[in-house]
Amino acid sequence: MNTADQYLKAIYLVQEMEDGPASTGSIADALDVSPASANEMIGKLEKRGLAEHEKNKGVSLTDEGIVDAREALSNYCIIERFLANVLEVEEFRVEARSLEAVIDDTVAERLDTIIDRASECPDCFDAETDACKYLAEVESESPAD
Amino acid sequence: MSVGQRVTSDHQLARLLQIGVVLEEVVEARSTQHHREMDGDFDPEIAALLEHAAEESAEHREQLETLIAELDAESVSYDEIETLVEAQYGKTKPEDFDGVLYDQLCNEETAYKFYDDLIEAIEGSDSSFSVDREQVLDTLRTIRAEEAEGVEEVTAVMERR
Repeated sequence: MNTADQYLKAIYLVQEMEDGPASTGSIADALDVSPASANEMIGKLEKRGLAEHEKNKGVSLTDEGIVDAREALSNYCIIERFLANVLEVEEFRVEARSLEAVIDDTVAERLDTIIDRASECPDCFDAETDACKYLAEVESESPAD
Repeated sequence: MSVGQRVTSDHQLARLLQIGVVLEEVVEARSTQHHREMDGDFDPEIAALLEHAAEESAEHREQLETLIAELDAESVSYDEIETLVEAQYGKTKPEDFDGVLYDQLCNEETAYKFYDDLIEAIEGSDSSFSVDREQVLDTLRTIRAEEAEGVEEVTAVMERR
């Protein structure tokens, strides 16, 4: 997933959690980058018509930005599901974050041919728990080690 | 979340190589399913292409498994991936021979892109691994070159049809 897609996904999830425009600080925190780096990329997304930045309010995705962000989120969900269900990785959230930059959309699509994903994906993704709600449900049902 | 492509640890490298193994296993298993589905009624050229792709995938898998073992990690069993491919095949199967070729083209292109990104991510990192970095890169570059040839072979067959 390229850097722009990682930003779009992060803005989409922060907007969901903050129920409104996403603050630059929250976006930077979500991506573990400096506010200056976040501002630079937000400017690029604005130029591409994917986001709008209103001073003192925050960043909102445009309709086009939302489409791309949901696509990126679906691919992220595929990576999480693949790690959790196929490779049985317990720390699938941490690993998905460390791998997403190296996993291209086409690779995610191929991995999708061996996982069972809900038809409502990515609406099943819970921003608070940073995972698909079905994965989180399975996790909470499993006894702790 | 880490922004940018870099491989920084043995664990991350082993995980990415495991993903490579799975992609190769998906190619093998889907090819087997295509044969079953078409009930042996294959154009000889497509049959040869799929057979060659499956053999090459098995070789790539063995090469990746050697590296994974050297990283003291486990590979992913073919049987497990074959079962998953079979379970989901109904939803994703190609409709006809052209669909089979297109599926094969996606396999080759995806594998090429995966190895290309992985090589870039290793080259972009100054971390040291417990396996020889050049050995890993040599193996991945060889596999990537064969995937590129695979894309050309499938494209040539598609153009002739």
